[in-house]
Amino acid sequence: MPSLKDLRNRIASVKATQKITKAMQMVAAAKLRRAQEAAEAARPYSERMGSVLANITQAIGGGGDAPALMTGTGKDKVHLLVVCTAERGLCGGFNSQIARLARDHIRKLLADGKQVKIICVGKKGFDILRRDYASLIIDRVDLREVKTLGFANADAIARKVIALFNEGGFDICTLFYSQFRSVISQIPTAQQIIPAGIASAPAEAVAGGSAVYEYEPEPGEILSDLIPRNISVQVFRALLENAAGEMGAKMSAMDNATRNAGEMINKLSITYNRQRQAQITKELIEIISGAEAL
Amino acid sequence: MAEAFKFELVSPERLLVSEQVESVVIPGAEGEMTVMANHAPVMTTIKPGVVSLKTVSGQEERYVVFGGFADIVPSGCTLLAESAVAVKDVDRADLARRIQAAKEDAADAKDDQSRSKAEQFLSQLTTLEGAILPA
Repeated sequence: MPSLKDLRNRIASVKATQKITKAMQMVAAAKLRRAQEAAEAARPYSERMGSVLANITQAIGGGGDAPALMTGTGKDKVHLLVVCTAERGLCGGFNSQIARLARDHIRKLLADGKQVKIICVGKKGFDILRRDYASLIIDRVDLREVKTLGFANADAIARKVIALFNEGGFDICTLFYSQFRSVISQIPTAQQIIPAGIASAPAEAVAGGSAVYEYEPEPGEILSDLIPRNISVQVFRALLENAAGEMGAKMSAMDNATRNAGEMINKLSITYNRQRQAQITKELIEIISGAEAL
Repeated sequence: MAEAFKFELVSPERLLVSEQVESVVIPGAEGEMTVMANHAPVMTTIKPGVVSLKTVSGQEERYVVFGGFADIVPSGCTLLAESAVAVKDVDRADLARRIQAAKEDAADAKDDQSRSKAEQFLSQLTTLEGAILPA
């Protein structure tokens, strides 16, 4: 049985922890709002980009002058996985969910006899994947110093990927990130970005662009400029979704922690009070029985 | 008064402009062009330069864009810029940094094609600097 002093110390320490988790929750809530705003602000661009791409692919009609980034190399031997996770932990199952999805994917690819390369964005994913697949990780991107995610960050990652593609480093590139649904639900997602699967989009775009477009310069040239940019946009979107998801996950994780700490304090206080009462009763009995003996 | 149409200037980070305008001047890859309502559908890449728009109320606004695309249809014009800022907010240091980066790109280029591309971009940037920053 712990002494009264032990219990008091214990309660004080849990209270301190509760204060910290409470503060972290509030910080995460504030950051979540900002991250959500950023994600929403970026949406128009990727939507427009999607419709422009759909239009232009239709104009080219899958002709021979589509760039390799879009059609792929025609092989699927070497796979590149870009795994985007958070830089910090303490956000529930957020990072491990993404890593698990990536790991399942890797296992399947390796079982099929494919070659796998990994680029880790974010420290946590690197830490998890390093355990099993250290030899497959070819690069990691550290965003810890970055305060607000800019398009430049995403662009740098996309450039790396494209440069590798142009060297013939891989055939298929898949992006892993967490889709932000709500504060309590983030869905780990795998999205193929090279070759770009755009062919499925044109249905709604046709309505707006039924007229014949003029292109300046040639469609092929525009496309070869547009596709790399589209990859940057996809990466950017993934990073933003991840940032919002991380904050959402952290908020609910810290909310849970605060609640658990509250429960623990209640339990400890009851034990503490009971023990104090028991001690008082014991002392009283001692006094009374001493008085009776006289 | 000229007919109005919808103009949107979007950068990856946010939607900068979305309003009814009378005319827009776009720095197209093959020369500047003025877009007015009922323009024939055109899609063009844009080079670093100044976009100036005339709103319905007669005000003129200018934005600096660093490359991107314009999608023009009779009912409107959408400009997807890689990055864009209002002319009055242009940061001299930021521009200098971009030029520096472009210079390094040109110096690092491996083959002729990418070098000429980088040099072209650099010259566009320097012209831009001259155009918007009073000496």
